Amino acid sequence: MVALSERMSISTMQTTRRAPKSLSDAVFRWASFSSALLVLIVLAGILGSMVYGGWPAFREFGLGFVTSSVWNVGKEEFGAWVAIAGTLTSAVIALVIGVPISIGIAIFLTQLCPPWLKRPVATTVELLAAVPSIIYGMWGLFVFAPLFARFIQVPVSNLVEGLPIVGTVLYARVPSGVGLLTAGIILAIMIIPFIASITRDILDQIPTILRESAYGIGCTTWEVVRHVLLPQSGVSIIGAIMLGLGRALGETMAVTFVIGNANRLSLSLFDPSSTIASRIANEFNEASDLHLSALIALGCILFLVTFAVLVLARLLIARVRTQ
Amino acid sequence: MSEISHDDRQASAPAWGRVRRSRRLADRTLKIVCTVFTALGASVLGWILLMLLYEGGTALSLDVFTHVTPGPGTEGGGIANAIVGSLILTMLGIVVATPIGVLAGTYLAEYGKGSKLAEVIRFVNDVLLAAPSILIGLFVYTFMVPPLGGYSGWAGGVALAIIAIPVIVRTTEDMLRLVPGSLREAGAALGAPMSTVIVHVSWRAARAGMVTGILLATARIAGETAPLLFTALNNNFWFKPNLMGGVSNLPVMIYQFALAPYENWRSLAWAGALIITLSILALSVVARLLLKKDHAR
Repeated sequence: MVALSERMSISTMQTTRRAPKSLSDAVFRWASFSSALLVLIVLAGILGSMVYGGWPAFREFGLGFVTSSVWNVGKEEFGAWVAIAGTLTSAVIALVIGVPISIGIAIFLTQLCPPWLKRPVATTVELLAAVPSIIYGMWGLFVFAPLFARFIQVPVSNLVEGLPIVGTVLYARVPSGVGLLTAGIILAIMIIPFIASITRDILDQIPTILRESAYGIGCTTWEVVRHVLLPQSGVSIIGAIMLGLGRALGETMAVTFVIGNANRLSLSLFDPSSTIASRIANEFNEASDLHLSALIALGCILFLVTFAVLVLARLLIARVRTQ
Repeated sequence: MSEISHDDRQASAPAWGRVRRSRRLADRTLKIVCTVFTALGASVLGWILLMLLYEGGTALSLDVFTHVTPGPGTEGGGIANAIVGSLILTMLGIVVATPIGVLAGTYLAEYGKGSKLAEVIRFVNDVLLAAPSILIGLFVYTFMVPPLGGYSGWAGGVALAIIAIPVIVRTTEDMLRLVPGSLREAGAALGAPMSTVIVHVSWRAARAGMVTGILLATARIAGETAPLLFTALNNNFWFKPNLMGGVSNLPVMIYQFALAPYENWRSLAWAGALIITLSILALSVVARLLLKKDHAR
């Protein structure tokens, strides 16, 4: 009898105490769920606004928008090819320069670095990622470009002048220091911290016993890296590189400073060019009507390319994490 | 005599000596190359900081902090309006982003375990984390600038918030995952509903990490230029109290002034660059120290 009344009182206590709390519980759950949904909405919104804003340009020029290299604001004729080519070329240059350096830094941090130096070096690399892109632009334009013109462009141009192929690719008509190659180098510096820190994480995740066993049978550091670490990390390093590529493709301010912003299809890496992002940043505030729409259409192309690259990168990195 | 030395050499360098030397060479090359690359990376940071300290340091004066940006061809001037504008825009962005980011991260870590939707959201968030900020600027432009009738600080704040949200979501989720499940179970065993457990147990345990995430997000958006070009733009005056019609801010001011033909504009750009870079680096270092201190405890 006593037990029953006790149980009853507990059950009534529960119902009286639960009612208000379960409401706040539901509200909290609902709020966090809708915040999470907002992330999806933002992505859909970006895609939607690009397609909506760029639609007039896509309708006007059709597929020719991608393949045409005419960009004439006065005549309202717009083609994206020069910007697309500039974007891809500068990003590829950035990867060619940046990837070996990033992996080198990651190997240094995980294999070679004495413990007392680990933290300062890792922090330096992370701070390099925190420096705003516009500061890289100023450094590139005012410090790096003059040095680059004087010590690289002029001597190299003199050396290769008149030679087939290299005489075109590495010849500067006007050695001003700005151009595709400069943009690629600045981009490389900017993506190094990202690739290096992800690669370091990947190398850190490899079980120590594998490394120790390799050292135990007499492998040198090089052999451990070549035959144990790199094969073990495999595709996820490619994922890290793709992540860097995604950054390089969409980087705006630094590139706008150093690429020269010319709408010219040139075979020389020393010539000014433009990327999708630099063109949007440069012309957006003076654009209207079809010009504006063409710029947003450029943004749409950039979105599709970077999105594909980033999705692939995440899938590659995730695959190894779950293994 | 000569025979002994010959033998000695044989002993120290047996038949596989040649192979060994090439192995050693490869090993040395790797070590040297990796060290040089690391030194190169570190020296770039040093180089940039020295450049900023030299160029920005010579441009700094009291006027920089007390005067507004000068018009074309006017002497002197400062960047007081840009500094205040940047502070306001960054605060606006972080105030909007923090509740959304923390709640979304909480959903992913606490509610969304094993759910397909949470998996998709986590993936999309990771993609947004690396998405070009210029596209976020274009997105906010299309839904906020023409509808509101022009550039505004509100659009700028929203653009910065959208950039900050993925950073906060990611760090919040990561930090909440580090909280041991037994703590939550202890809370639940006392009869606390899930929201109470999350707020009073999980959040409290993960607090330092979550604050670090918010600070890192602040550092990230404080220097963003591209999205502000299409949203808050810039102007050379004190902005209106309702933040409509363009709000002056450091990044866009630096972009416009650095490429301008006027000497005083350029030196103001350097002063702004120094101020913003030092603030961002200080913020990043403080955020890391905070996390380290918490881990040490």
